Amino acid sequence: MRRPDARYAPIENYALIGDCASAALVGKDGAIDWLCWPRFDSPSVFAALLDAERGGSFQVRPAGDATVDRRYVGETNVLETTFTTETGVLRLTDLMPVGPPEAYRRELWPTREILRRVECVEGTVTVRVVCEPRLDYAQIDPVFDDRGAQGFFCNHDGAVLMVRSEVPLRLASGQSVLRGEQTLQAGDRRFLSLAYDEDAPAVLPLLGDHAERKLARTRNYWRDWAAQCEYEGPYRDAVVRSALTLKLMTFAPSGAVVAAPTTSLPEAIGGERNWDYRYCWLRDAALTLRALYELGYEEEGRAFFSWLLHATRLTAPDLQVMYDVHGNTNLTERTLSHLEGYRQSPPVRVGNGAYDQLQLDTYGELVSAAYEFVQREHTLDDWHRRLLVSLGNEVCARWEEPDEGIWEVRSGRHHHTFSKAMCWVALERLVALHEEGYLTVPVERYRAEADDIRTAVETHGYNEDIESYVATFGGDRLDASLLLLPTYGYKEATRPRMTSTFARIHEELGQNGLLHRYPPDTDDGFTSEEGAFGLCSFWDEEMFARLGRLDEAREKLGETIGYANDLGLFAEEIDPDTGAFLGNFPQAFTHVGLINAAITITKAEREEATTLYEHPTPQ
Amino acid sequence: MTSLITLKFGPALLWGLFATGILTLLMATSQGLGWSRISFPYMIGSMFTSHRGRAMGVGFAVHLAVGMSFAVLYALVFESWQWATWWLGGLLGVFHGLFLLVVLMPALPDLHPRMASKHHGPTPTRQLEPPGFLALNYGHSTPVLTLAAHVVYGILLGLFYPLGGAVL
Repeated sequence: MRRPDARYAPIENYALIGDCASAALVGKDGAIDWLCWPRFDSPSVFAALLDAERGGSFQVRPAGDATVDRRYVGETNVLETTFTTETGVLRLTDLMPVGPPEAYRRELWPTREILRRVECVEGTVTVRVVCEPRLDYAQIDPVFDDRGAQGFFCNHDGAVLMVRSEVPLRLASGQSVLRGEQTLQAGDRRFLSLAYDEDAPAVLPLLGDHAERKLARTRNYWRDWAAQCEYEGPYRDAVVRSALTLKLMTFAPSGAVVAAPTTSLPEAIGGERNWDYRYCWLRDAALTLRALYELGYEEEGRAFFSWLLHATRLTAPDLQVMYDVHGNTNLTERTLSHLEGYRQSPPVRVGNGAYDQLQLDTYGELVSAAYEFVQREHTLDDWHRRLLVSLGNEVCARWEEPDEGIWEVRSGRHHHTFSKAMCWVALERLVALHEEGYLTVPVERYRAEADDIRTAVETHGYNEDIESYVATFGGDRLDASLLLLPTYGYKEATRPRMTSTFARIHEELGQNGLLHRYPPDTDDGFTSEEGAFGLCSFWDEEMFARLGRLDEAREKLGETIGYANDLGLFAEEIDPDTGAFLGNFPQAFTHVGLINAAITITKAEREEATTLYEHPTPQ
Repeated sequence: MTSLITLKFGPALLWGLFATGILTLLMATSQGLGWSRISFPYMIGSMFTSHRGRAMGVGFAVHLAVGMSFAVLYALVFESWQWATWWLGGLLGVFHGLFLLVVLMPALPDLHPRMASKHHGPTPTRQLEPPGFLALNYGHSTPVLTLAAHVVYGILLGLFYPLGGAVL
C-alpha cells in the first residue's frame, strides 16, 4: 500500500456544489480543487485534485490551524464549512447560485458563478484567500486585469473569468494569482465571487445584500426541489441526499446525467485505472429513470428520457456505450501528461476510449428505460417507436456476437451472460409494448429470438459445477451484474438458479460487507487491483429484499450507507479494508443504486417489490 | 465611378439589410472562434430587457433596423457625391467603425440602462460589463474585428447600392 501523499486530501474529504450544468469539488480545507466551466466536460479552471502543484485552486480558510466541521445546509446543495481556531470561529458558505426560471427572466445572471461567503461567528479570525486559476487543464496561466471596483478580469479564448471580493485582493505571481488576507471580528461577513461568461459582454456578479439574496434564493430552490421527493421511509435522509447529488450531476439544458463530475480519480492508487466519467452512460439509463420517477421527479425523468432518445437517434441502430451531455459521440481519449494525477497516479485522461466499444446490454437498458417511461407517461412518439423497433431488429441481428460487457473491460470481447440476458430483456419489453398497443413489432420473430437467447443463457451462462450464473459463456467466474437479472425481469429472485448464484456471489465477491464487481484477479486488461463497488452492494441489498430477507436487507443497507462520507456522498469504489474512496467522485450510479435499494426495501416491506416490471417472467 | 441622380430607398434598405447580415455574421463568427466577446444584438437588446434570450431576439431585430438606417446614410453620401465605389464605401466603413469604437463605446455606460460604469462596481440595475476604450474589455482583437466588419459593411454597400434592386 502506498503512503498517502500529504499534498492530496482523501477523496472522501470533498464536497460537491453545482448548478446543474457544471460542478466543483470543495475540500475540508476550504479549497476548491476541481472546477470545469462552462459545463461538466469542459477543460478545468481548477485542477489541484489532479496535480497539487500546478493544477490551481481557490482557497478561503483561516490563516492558522483550525478544526473543521461541515454540512450541507438542510436538504440543499449549499455547503457550510466551519473552522474553529484558537481565536475564533469562521464559517464558509459555498454555492453555485441557482433559482427558479422566473428569476432568470427578471435579472441578468453571469453564465456561471461560485459564490463564497465567509463570516466570523465568534472571536477574531484572520481569513486568507488564494485564488489561483489554471485554465485548460493547467496549461494556461491566466493574466488578470485589475478593473478596480468591477473586479479582476481574465479574457481567454472568447470567455472571461471574473473575481470580485469584499476581502481586498492583490495580484501576485505575474498577475495570475490573487491573494488577500483580512482579520474579521464576530459578526463580520464578506462575499467572494468567481464568475464566468462567454461570447458576449459579461454580467458582473453582485456582492453584499444582493449576494445574500442569491444565497437565500439558492437555498430555497434546493429546499423546494428536495421537498418534492416522494420517498417516505427510514432512509429518507440518505435518499434525499442522493437525489440532490443526482440533480447536481444533471445537465439541465439537455436532461443528461453524467456519471461523475471528475476525471481520472484512480480506482487503484498508483494504478492505471483512471477514466473520464464526465459523460453519460446508457448502462445507467433504466435504473436512473426508475429512481427519478419513483422519487416523483417526473420533469427530470422526462428530460432524461428525451435526452436518451435524442442522443441514441444519432447512432441508432448502433448504440455507443456513452455520449456527451448534448448527445455527441466523438469522445476520443487523450492523456494529459503534464498533470501528475491524484496522489501521483497517472495517467490523467480526458475523453473516454470505451465510447466505441460494443456493449450489448445497452439495448436492454435503453428499451427498459422506454418501457419505464411508457408505464409512467402512457405515450410514445412516432420516431421513438421507429427507433425502438430498429433497436429490436439490431438485437435480433447481433445478440450472438461477443462484446466488451457492462464493465467495459479492455481485454477484448467475450460472450457475456449479462449482455445476452439484456438482449432477451430488450425483445421481451418490445413485445410487451406491442401488446400494450404502443408500437408494432414482429412478435413471432422477437419471441423466437428471445427463446433462443434464453436457451443460450441457461445452457452456457449457468455453470452447473459451481451452481451459478457466470460472467461469460462456458466460464466459471462470477460477476455482480448478474444480481440485476431479477431487477430487469429476466428471472425471479427466488428461483433456485438465482438463489444459488446469489450465494456464490457473496462467497466469491464479498469483502467486509461490500462486493467487488468481479473477482480481483480477473483479466480486465489491467494489473492493478481495484476496490469494491458501492453500487454492487446496493444491488445486493435489493436482492435480499426480493428474497424476502428484509432484516438482512435493512442491516446490509445500513452498513453500506455507513461507508458514505460525512456528507452522504459516495465515490465509485470503496477500499474494503480502509473504507477510503476510490475512483471518480461522487458517482451518480452509486447514488442511483442507493435510491433504488431503499425504494425496493421499503416496497418489499409492503409486499410490493418485484422487478422493474409488473409481470416478471416466472422462470 | 457611377453616376447617381436621386436617393434610392429600396436598394439602400435591401443592401443595408444584406450588409448588416454579413456584418452580424462576421461578428458572430469571431465570437464563436473566441476572438472577441462583443455582441451588438446582446448589447442593444439588454437595453430593453434583462431576459438574456429575449434580449438577443430584440437586439437582433433592432440591430438589423439600425444597420438598414445607416445604409440610408451611406446612400445619402453616395448620392451627394454623385458616385459610389467599393473603396468609398470602405472608407465610410472605417469612419463608421472608428466612431463606434472611439466615441460610442466609451460613452455606452452612460447611455445603456443596464451597463456598469467603469468608475463604479456593478449595481443590481447595472451589471453588464462596460466595453471600455476601443471595446478592449471584450478581448484584444475586438477593435480590429469591429473595424474590419464595418469596412466590409461599407464595401458591400459601395458595391451593391449602385446596382439597384428593390423598388420602394
